[in-house]
Amino acid sequence: MRPTLLVFRREFAAYFATPVAAVFLIVFLALSAGLTFFMTGFFDRGQADLSGFFFWHPWLFLVLMPAIAMRLWAEERRSGTIELLMTLPVQPWQIVLGKWLAAWAFAALALALTTPLWITVNILGSPDNGVIFASYIGSWLMAGSFLALAAAISALSKSQVLAFIGATAVSFLFVMAGFDLVLSAVRSWAPGVIVDAVRSMSFLGHFQRLTEGVLELPSIIFFVSLIAFCLWLNVRAIEVKKAA
Amino acid sequence: MALVEARDLVKRFGSLTAVDGISFAVERAEVVGFLGPNGAGKSTAMKIISGFLEPTSGQAFIEGYDSHTQPIEARRRLGYLPEGAPAYADMSVADFLGFIAGMHGMSKRQAADRLAELVERIDLADVWNQRIDSLSKGFKRRVGIAQALVHDPDVLILDEPTDGLDPNQKHDMRELIRSIAPQKAIVISTHILEEVEAVCTRAIIIAKGRMLADATPAELLARPQDAGAVAITIATGDPRRAIELISVQPGISKVDVAERVNGVTRLLVHAPQSRPTAAELAGILRRSDIAVAEMFVQRVSLDDVFRQITNGAEN
Repeated sequence: MRPTLLVFRREFAAYFATPVAAVFLIVFLALSAGLTFFMTGFFDRGQADLSGFFFWHPWLFLVLMPAIAMRLWAEERRSGTIELLMTLPVQPWQIVLGKWLAAWAFAALALALTTPLWITVNILGSPDNGVIFASYIGSWLMAGSFLALAAAISALSKSQVLAFIGATAVSFLFVMAGFDLVLSAVRSWAPGVIVDAVRSMSFLGHFQRLTEGVLELPSIIFFVSLIAFCLWLNVRAIEVKKAA
Repeated sequence: MALVEARDLVKRFGSLTAVDGISFAVERAEVVGFLGPNGAGKSTAMKIISGFLEPTSGQAFIEGYDSHTQPIEARRRLGYLPEGAPAYADMSVADFLGFIAGMHGMSKRQAADRLAELVERIDLADVWNQRIDSLSKGFKRRVGIAQALVHDPDVLILDEPTDGLDPNQKHDMRELIRSIAPQKAIVISTHILEEVEAVCTRAIIIAKGRMLADATPAELLARPQDAGAVAITIATGDPRRAIELISVQPGISKVDVAERVNGVTRLLVHAPQSRPTAAELAGILRRSDIAVAEMFVQRVSLDDVFRQITNGAEN
């Protein structure tokens, strides 16, 4: 576990080595607050809850999570440090896990910085704090899925820009998997089972169920297993690149 | 057992064969120089031996451990300086080396002791707390070497350790390599030939992925046709008589006109057995009243050897 921890610490610190982290956090907070107050009418709804805040998370994360994860591997490849990293006497999965955890912890920090909103609704009224807690957990799990996906794609490229675009595109499919935009494309050729399978991959669907307040087990399992699968893909991507 | 062994390594990238059947072994206390023109496959071969790339076929061993199928065991015993000495630009030298030490499984205490020793040896004290992206090329390269030495490995693979250094830094780097060489097996790649004479006990010349020579620097120097050629400068624009006189001597293989300017001619006399000697040739010319202005036995440089061997591969 020590190599994972060391990689985690290094990567997490790397976010703060440049102003990028601060810029990112400010953008995330400004966007999420702005959208909550002005687009979903936080005050006009007359309800003490954060559904108008969590509503935007899939869309915000779609762009912001690839931005956090794009450098994880692409930057190592560009600067050549991947050669150092991959010739150290540790297993590739230990590195993959450490990197992802660092990004996930950074996402946790971003979410934690939104808690003044949680406090605000408690001052203004009496919200169902269980629902809000469940929503935060759901949001964090979804962030982890976006990050794992983006990290795996980052491992394929030495360009952060390409990693970002690729990850956003793939993430978009996952977010939209429950919508006709994606489903009709599948329905034209695939049997019903597959259509249902694709629908069940929808980030939006699973996240909505989690924000309804029950920590619904299937949705939690979905995000956790998607993360595990993407991390496995990440390890594979590194191994395939090695043989190429 | 050889500390480093390459067995018939082949690496293809699509239709390009970057490494084509490289085999060699390195024992303790040997410093092997990988020589070759740019793009010869030196770095690719080193990447395979270090386990960063998989070979298309063939095997590489570090202390008997296959760097592909037993990577962890192999890497524990290996210090590797990749091409360009990459390091995490956003870390300080201290943090970076501490990170590498930790990844090698060293405890905080072990790492601190070892790093204290390396700081002295590699002269990093002045930049210890500086960020790596603020360092000069020379210091960056030294950090790269320090990183390879952190866990005191028996095997070192250094890809162009002196590239981009100024002459003093090059000298220091060579001193460092020489000082650690007796306990280790070292492979360095370079295209600077003086380096091979300065630090290597053996040189392997590669071009287009193939091994063209594996010999000591002295053996390489004895190899080309020009070895022991005698250059004679005579004060005449018409060297025909001199050539005639010399050619008929036993042991002479060839007499070339190397240069003819301002009534002075430089001849190059090739005598594979070094017979007749330069003194004998001088005597012959003097007896025929040909004035010899200058005469020396041509010293062969590794550059000549290298050019001959690698150009041969291209034709």
